[in-house]
Amino acid sequence: MTAIPPAPSRPRLAVFKFASCDGCQLQLLDAQGRLLEIADRFTIDHFLEASSRDLPGPYDVGLVEGSISTPADVARIHEIRGQCRFLVTIGACATAGGIQALRNWASAADYAAAVYARPEYVATLATSTPIAAHVPVDFELRGCPIDVGQLVELLTAVVVGRRPRVAPHCVCVECKARGTVCVAVARGIPCLGPVTQAGCGGLCPACDRECFGCFGPGPQPNLVSLTGFYERHGTPRDRLVRLLRSFTPWADDFRTESDRLEAADAAANAEPRP
Amino acid sequence: MSDAGSRSALVRRIDVRGLARVEGAGSLRVRIGPDGTIEIVEFAIFEPPRFFERLLVGRDVREVPDIVARICGICPVAYQLAACGALEAALGIRITPELRLLRRLLLAAEWIQSHAVHVFLLHAADYLGLDSGFEIPARLPGFVENGLRMKEIGCRMLEVLGGRAVHPVNVGVGGFHRAPDPVAIRGLVPDLEWGRAAALAALDVVRTFTAPAFPQDYECVAVAPATGYLAADTEAGPRIVSTAGLDIPCAAFPAHFVERQVPHSTGLHCLHTEPDATTGGRPYLTGPLARLNLFRDRLPPTARRAADAHLAGPCRDTFQSIGVRLVEIAAAFEEAAEIARTCHAAVAPCRIDFAPRAGTGSHAVEAPRGLLWHRYDIDAAGLVTAATIVPPTSQNLACIEADLRAFIPGVLDLPEPEAARRCEHLIRNYDPCISCAAHFLTLAVDRPPAGPCRP
Repeated sequence: MTAIPPAPSRPRLAVFKFASCDGCQLQLLDAQGRLLEIADRFTIDHFLEASSRDLPGPYDVGLVEGSISTPADVARIHEIRGQCRFLVTIGACATAGGIQALRNWASAADYAAAVYARPEYVATLATSTPIAAHVPVDFELRGCPIDVGQLVELLTAVVVGRRPRVAPHCVCVECKARGTVCVAVARGIPCLGPVTQAGCGGLCPACDRECFGCFGPGPQPNLVSLTGFYERHGTPRDRLVRLLRSFTPWADDFRTESDRLEAADAAANAEPRP
Repeated sequence: MSDAGSRSALVRRIDVRGLARVEGAGSLRVRIGPDGTIEIVEFAIFEPPRFFERLLVGRDVREVPDIVARICGICPVAYQLAACGALEAALGIRITPELRLLRRLLLAAEWIQSHAVHVFLLHAADYLGLDSGFEIPARLPGFVENGLRMKEIGCRMLEVLGGRAVHPVNVGVGGFHRAPDPVAIRGLVPDLEWGRAAALAALDVVRTFTAPAFPQDYECVAVAPATGYLAADTEAGPRIVSTAGLDIPCAAFPAHFVERQVPHSTGLHCLHTEPDATTGGRPYLTGPLARLNLFRDRLPPTARRAADAHLAGPCRDTFQSIGVRLVEIAAAFEEAAEIARTCHAAVAPCRIDFAPRAGTGSHAVEAPRGLLWHRYDIDAAGLVTAATIVPPTSQNLACIEADLRAFIPGVLDLPEPEAARRCEHLIRNYDPCISCAAHFLTLAVDRPPAGPCRP
């Protein structure tokens, strides 16, 4: 990540979409009541979901939602990178490939045939990958969806010309700050909070359920230790594999660990039972 | 945005390459032949496919509501509730009336926020000749600002019940992970009352907008509401009805509606057909107009009076849909306030326990854009073995193309950019949610020869 460049008085903003649900762009339309203020501080020159105004680049800031999953996407993201001084990926799809990256473990032809009668009409790549796998990215906002507060912080930082401040810790810290009783320790629920990037405010444990890692792996996560703990307390490996393969399954740490668990499970099942 | 094709031999094209102000990615291609006949109308979806029905296979039923939410960031609750209803039917779970009431409140919240985004930020600009909702405050002070406040109230309702507005985390098979706080729910009531009045005031403004008269004959299809106007859970399972007299249980949907894939789109087209018909089928309309035409008498009192005053008789013109959405926003606020006032204690139990078992279940919900149908097969361990999801926009695609065929001759004499703009307006009347439309299953699977997918 690089330091943010000094912004002109009204930076030119562009929002781009790849494979995604539109939920992260919708957070921009939420913006905690600050949408019209944002629209005043920027010139919104390309934001197809919200405006027919469509001016060519170069742009000062580009927000990119979605993952790369078609041949056309690959060409388009390079073109977009060339048009954006500061490129920010927003959300689990753009930063980690999204839930659609589950196809990366299977055959894309098999996937297309299961959904479409004539799969030859559908142009798709075998994988769904994050934007950073294709072009350099200057900053990323995690989450499925991204947090509105973090988005407003990012845009504010752009206007002021400073580096955005986002939490450098894991969800566990947010639960402690919120006063949530730990669902893993107190109730034995396998929870990804100890290894997941903060930003949601510790939302799921506050709803009496596990964190399923939608902000992706946090800083220096010790996954082997955590899954070992859950296994020793009775959680089957296949359930842990599914937990890691949710909304950021292709993020390095989660992918590596889910592959390790799956291989261990396969090896255990292959052994003759007494 | 649009370009004129070759004018030689009087062949004209209207191309809208990147359709704006819709959720998802779509385009429109029209070709008119030398004799003036419309040769091609293709409302194409180039939303990259994400294969949700396939990636659900092998997942635990408890994970399904979180996964299907990600199909659409604008209407995740409808997806969650349709999945919950279908899985509960498969698992034999009986949902209590108290939980059903909270689910209706949740659906009302989604209607409010989704409709408010469309009416104020995406659609109103079409009637005012502007590029976006951001430009409206300078023209109509207060209009968009009030709309955004309605949207915020919808989001706040979603947070109180679901934990967050986009992809709520508190919705599960059997109910809610944690009982929503009744004090917070009752605390919404003043805002809900403000919202109802504000929606009706906005309806007065929208009435002054000019729009083309474009009445069409539609067969309107919708899920019959259990009580009130908002279709939500019923104990007996939802019924699907139409203005042509259709009245079927939700499980019979595949016998009456067929999906067809077309080369120009990753979204399938859904048509109404006769049971067991192998070919044919006709377009049908789902969404706000369909609901109003079928269930006007179910509207709560204030919304009903406004509908009768401003939208009398059967509503057959999608250019009036902006007013219908405002009536529905008012109705959702009105029904929500009624429910919220009765929330005196935390719902108990907040979630019905269940044991996994093999089974099949289907369910239908009225998403903001219309009928949403889900069906799941699950095995004895509670893992999904097959999933089918039919979203509303796929059902409206054939209708949109039929509309365009009827509409385009009337705009052909206009300059190309203006003709394209009017066609876009027509498409936006449907509030197409294209991210959803790209993900659904054909009923017949025609396996391709082995080999990699064509790039």
